[in-house]
This record gives sequence, C-alpha cells and structure tokens, in this order.
Amino acid sequence: MSGSAKLTLGPLLFHWPAEKQRDFYFRIADEAEIDCIYLGEVVCSKREPFFAPYVEDVAARLAAAGKQVVRSTLAVMTLDREVAAVRALAGSGTLIEANDVASLQEVSGRPHVIGPYINVFNEGAHDVLVADGAVRIVLPVEITAPAVRALAGRGVETELLVFGRQPLSVAMRCYHARSHGLTKDVCQFVCGLNPDGLPADTIDGQELLTVNGTQTLSNGYQVLLHDLVALHAMGMTHFRLSPQDIDMVAVARIHRAVLDGERAPADAEEELRALTRATPWQNGFLHGREGMAWVEPALAGGRR
Amino acid sequence: MSLELVCPAGTPAALRAAVEAGADTVYCGYRDATNARNYPGLNFDRNEMAEGIAYAHRHGRKVLVAVNTFPCAGNPAPWHHAIDHAAAAGADAVILADIGVLDYAARRHPELRRHLSVQASASNELSIAFYRDRFDIRRVVLPRVLSVEQVAALVRRIGIETEVFAFGSVGPMSEGRCFLSSYITGLSPTSEGACAPASHVSYKEDGEGMLSCLGRVTLNRFGRNEPAAYPTPCKGRYVTHGRASYLFEEPVALNAIDILAELKAAGVTALKIEGRQRGRAYVSEVVGSFRRAIDALERGETGTVANALATVAEGGRETHGAYRKGWR
Repeated sequence: MSGSAKLTLGPLLFHWPAEKQRDFYFRIADEAEIDCIYLGEVVCSKREPFFAPYVEDVAARLAAAGKQVVRSTLAVMTLDREVAAVRALAGSGTLIEANDVASLQEVSGRPHVIGPYINVFNEGAHDVLVADGAVRIVLPVEITAPAVRALAGRGVETELLVFGRQPLSVAMRCYHARSHGLTKDVCQFVCGLNPDGLPADTIDGQELLTVNGTQTLSNGYQVLLHDLVALHAMGMTHFRLSPQDIDMVAVARIHRAVLDGERAPADAEEELRALTRATPWQNGFLHGREGMAWVEPALAGGRR
Repeated sequence: MSLELVCPAGTPAALRAAVEAGADTVYCGYRDATNARNYPGLNFDRNEMAEGIAYAHRHGRKVLVAVNTFPCAGNPAPWHHAIDHAAAAGADAVILADIGVLDYAARRHPELRRHLSVQASASNELSIAFYRDRFDIRRVVLPRVLSVEQVAALVRRIGIETEVFAFGSVGPMSEGRCFLSSYITGLSPTSEGACAPASHVSYKEDGEGMLSCLGRVTLNRFGRNEPAAYPTPCKGRYVTHGRASYLFEEPVALNAIDILAELKAAGVTALKIEGRQRGRAYVSEVVGSFRRAIDALERGETGTVANALATVAEGGRETHGAYRKGWR
C-alpha cells in the first residue's frame, strides 16, 4: 500500500465538562501530529447539549490547523430526537462516521465513514458498504490479523483502534446510573464523575471492565505499538487513538514516530508506559486471543 | 390476525414438542457456527432440518432457519451453504444479521423470505428502513430495548412485520455487537455463535460458596443453598464503588404473557420465545402457556391466563424488561 499512514483521534467517549473538551481539542489543533479528528457523541444523546455550543468552533479550529474533521454519530438510537439529529447532520453534507446503520440510510450514495460499531467482519459486508458510498471503514475492535489482511486494501481506506480502552458493548440501559442506584432517565450525569471511566472489577478483585454510561469498555488500553508497521504493510491506512484522560499529544507523538520508522517500538514502549501508568495493556483480539490478553511482541509472530 | 407464536427448537425433539404444544412457527439453526446458539449437542444437521421442515409443514406450521452470525473474512461458504440448503429444504424464511449474508440471500434466493435477526440490532426506523430497502426484509425481530409505546410507533412507520421477544433470557447489551465473551474467552459470539461457550465454563468452591467462572474470570459467587447460574458476562456480579452488584442485569427472565393485549394493540405480528439452548420440557411448558394465553386473547377474555412459568424462568424471577419505562 502506498501513501503515508494517517493518525486519527477517535471520538471522545467520556463525559468531560464542555470547557475541558474545548480546550482538549484546541490543544490537539495546535500541537498534535494527528491527521484526522472524529467529533461527536457516540455513547449517550443526553450528553450532547453540553458540548453543542462549542462544536462548530472546535471543528473550525481543527480544520484551520489542516486536520480532517469527521462527525461521529450515536452507536445506538431509539428515540425520535436521536433519529432527527442524525438526519440533520447527514443533511448538512459534512463527512460523517456512521456508528449505527440508521446513519447509513441517510448518507447512502454519498461519501461516508463506517465506524467500529457497525459489524464489518467479512468481504461481503465490506463490499456492500463500499458500493453504498463508504470511503473508509473502521474495523470492529474484535477483528483478528488474518481478517485485517483480507479486508484492508480492498479499494478504500481502512482504520483500526491502536490505542485506548476497547469498546466492548453498547446498550440502551445506563450502567453508570445503575451503579449509583439511578436509572438513565434520572441519571444526574454521574458518568461525568469518571473522566476515564468507572472501574468494574470481579468479585475476587480482578480488574476487568470499565463502565462509561451505556457503554462497557476494557479495563486496559489496547496498545498496538509493535503491530503498527505490520498493519500498515497489510494495507491499513488509518490508525486510531481513542482519547483517554492522559496526555494525548504525547501519545500521538510516540505513535507518529513509530509509524514513520523513526523510533523502534521497544524504544517507544517505555515512554508510553510512563504515560499510561498502572493501566494494563491489551492486544489479544488482533492476535487471535481473548481481548483482555497481552501477547508479548516476541510471541506475536515477529511483527516488529 | 391472531398473534403468531414463534418458538425455539434446539433439537428435532424440541421442534416436535413445540408443534405439539401449539407453536405456529418454529425457528432453528444448523449445527455449526452459522447460528447464534452454537452449543454442543444442539441444532440440526442437513437431514434433520429437511425432516423438521417437512414435519412442521405436514402439521400446517412454519419453520424459520436462523443463519444469524457474522462470517469471518475469507470463509463465507458455511453461511452461503446454510442459506442454499434452507431454500432447498423449503424453509419459510431465513433469519439473517450480516450485511454480506443478507446480500447473498437477496441475490441468490430472492424468493426466500428474509427476516432481520435481533443480532442486527436494528432499534429505530432508519436502521430497519436500511435493511428493508436494500435487502427486502419482510420482518424485523426487534431488540429487547424498546418500550411498548416505541414498538407501536415503529410498527406504524416501517411498513413490515415485527416480531418481539415475549419470554426468555434478557440481553441488556445491543445484540450482535457485544464483545464481552470474546474479551474473556477469545471465542466470538458474533462469528462463532456461542456466548460464554461451555468449554470455558467452570465452577469451584472457595470456602464461602460456589464460584462460577468463564475462562480465568470469576463472574459470580453463590451461597450453599443458592442455585449457581450459568456464567454469562452480562449476568455476572461486578464490584463498583466497593460494592458487588448485578451491574448489567439481574438473573431474571423476560415474561410478557400478561401484556399480550398491549403488544397486539401495538400492531406486533409475532411473539418470539427465546431458548434454543433449553430442553423440550421448557419448550412444552412455555409454548403451551403462550398458546392458551393467545387463544384466550382471541376469544376476548379479559382476565389473564394463570402464569405458571416462574418455575422455568431463568433465576426463577420475571420482568417486563424494557417494555415498561424505568428499565433503562
């Protein structure tokens, strides 16, 4: 695959205060070596009004910094106002990331991005979506290396999460509210209390999951530093960093250097570990193992 | 029109039991990764499927074949063969989820009715319209996340039949898009068809009671006199804020038997009983109860049928799930 590897910043999954979000994106615009930014609420439509007053300014600032801006949509929709919002966004002509098939119905025939919450596990689904106008497909987090090899490079851009907590499920029920004895309708926005998610451990003390509103994430961060170059060789064009409440500008710099061959993964690992602190690393899905596993690079088929 | 009673069959014996107990329609799958209940000892080989369809048709009933998992890249053949065989065997419809599989079925077997599986997670009018317009699906199995009012609104807008869950396990996650089980076991429910596969389930004593485990992860602990439930990730106990709780869902079963009139008034076409992994005794009991309830509804009887299903309900407890507000 020719062309340089693009670094992307996935949609912010957590409920940060609107001003914190604005400042985060302004810093990304000014300082981060990221080519494309996904903006928008994926998890819960109740959060949307908070950032709405800032989103156009942020999009303009990112575009002025030379970055591609893609607007992300909700992963699950059931309410009329959610459907109306996606219709309006799609109708505005902006490039959107469809995370629910609902969005596809609105952007069919026009260029759009397929998000990781729409299942694309095989060539059949891939090719139908490309024929329908998809110009980039973000593969589901559960995808394995052989499937990446089969699906990347089939004529459109291909993206995969390479850093950040793994999205494992979405729902209509809010587990964050439930953990506080509340329900989604009267949630008091308790998801905002945990800017990097709420840990959910097993009853015998094993760290396992992270709750983020209606979404369930892994406890660990997906880290594919050692796989970046091999993924690029398989035809992967875009590499997604998912915003966590850590220094994402530094995370981006590390990944950019490894993608460009300026730093060896083993060398970059130490700096990334300092940023991620005690959060464990995971890479099992890509290597055909349980997603919570960390497969040591030496065992991962010599993909350094 | 009377509500159509759609019943599970994990085995040919369960298919016959469902027909005898009054099912209008039975759904089942092949014995491989092409269906979402790929557990040892379950499902139908090619001959059993053909015989099961013929048996149901002799009794004036229908058979739906679930081919509702997502093929892995490079290996769509088992899914294509399953659809080809279901068409040849005279299945009344196939239940599909994957966009590639839907495309194959629509192109190769346009005359074979297509239903959209709950695994496709189509929970709003635009999603359903996408599948209807691209693949001419005739019925959508609605996810268990909608209230009765939302179901009624969808029925008015989508112009195709709806099938809703009336009894069985409650899945709180958006179905077909949940990677919790593969995160723990490495085996994918979406492409291999088994959530919490039996090969990875174990139970062990820890002094305080019985632990149920999936892979290397403990999902629950039960007291001496408590029945140990099967360790499904979304039904486990987890610790948040220092407290253990059923974070995602209690061990309860959906039971809509006393709100059938509301579902009928909402315009629902068919009621689905979950449980292809359950035995024929479960099938006979649940199907029989719903048959009597639907018949009573048709006769205009206002009182509800005595509900004797708690004994077969998961965890022995029942819920209306998302049909009632407040579940979210």
